[in-house]
Amino acid sequence: MAVTDRPVVKRRPVYLDLPRIRLPLPGIVSILHRVSGALLFLAGIPVLLAGVAASLASPESFAELKAGFAHPLAKLVIVGFVWAYLHHFCAGIRYLLLDLHQGIELAPARRSSTVVLVVSIALTLIIGARLW
Amino acid sequence: MVTRRQAVGAHYGLMDWLIQRLTAVVMGAYTLLVLGVVLWNGGIDRSLWKALFGNGAFKLASFLFMVALLYHAWIGVRDILMDYIKPVGVRLAMESIAVILLVGYMGWTIQILWGGTR
Repeated sequence: MAVTDRPVVKRRPVYLDLPRIRLPLPGIVSILHRVSGALLFLAGIPVLLAGVAASLASPESFAELKAGFAHPLAKLVIVGFVWAYLHHFCAGIRYLLLDLHQGIELAPARRSSTVVLVVSIALTLIIGARLW
Repeated sequence: MVTRRQAVGAHYGLMDWLIQRLTAVVMGAYTLLVLGVVLWNGGIDRSLWKALFGNGAFKLASFLFMVALLYHAWIGVRDILMDYIKPVGVRLAMESIAVILLVGYMGWTIQILWGGTR
C-alpha cells in the first residue's frame, strides 16, 4: 500500500483542551497528590523545620511560636498544610494498596478515590475547627 | 551504533519506585507515633516537647523520618520535573537546586536534633 493510499488517520493528539477535559475522580486525586506533594516540598519542609527549631530553641521562642499560631492568617496557612499532608497521606495509602493489587477494578478504585477526598477534607475541617 | 544518552532522568526506576514506597511507610509510622504521643498526653506543652526531643530513641526516629522525607521528596520532585520540564539544561539546573535544598535541610535537621536546647 502506497503512502498516499493510507486511510484517513485520526488527528492526534485527540483532545488536549485542558479546561474542557473532564478528569475522572481518581484523576483529580492523582493531580492533587502531585500538587500537595509539590506544596509540601516547596513550603512544607522549610516551615516544618523552622517551626520545630523555634519550638525547641528556648522557652521564649516556644512562647513566640505559640503566640504566632494564634493569628488567623497563621491558622489559615496551617490548615492549608494540614490538608496537603492529609491528602498526600490518604492518597499515598490508596496507592500502596493499589500497588498490592487491592481494589484495582474500576468501581472500587473510583470508590477509594472518593474516600481519599472525603476523609482528607473531613479531617482537615475537624483539625481546623479545633484550631479555631 | 550511536546511543544517545539522556543527561538527566531515572534510569534506575524500579529501585526508586520501591524506595518511594518504603519511605512512605516509614513516614506514616512516625506520623502515627507523634500523633499518638500528642493525643495520649492531651496536647503539647514546652516541657513535654523538650523531654520528647531529649529522648535518644525519638531523636533517632525523627532523624529516620527526615531521611525518608527528603529521599521521598527527591524522587517526587524529580518525577514532576521529568514530566513538565523538557529542556535538559533547565531540568538539570532545577534538579540541582532541589538536591542542594534537600541536603541543606538534612544539615538543618541534624542541627535541630543534636544542637542542644535551652
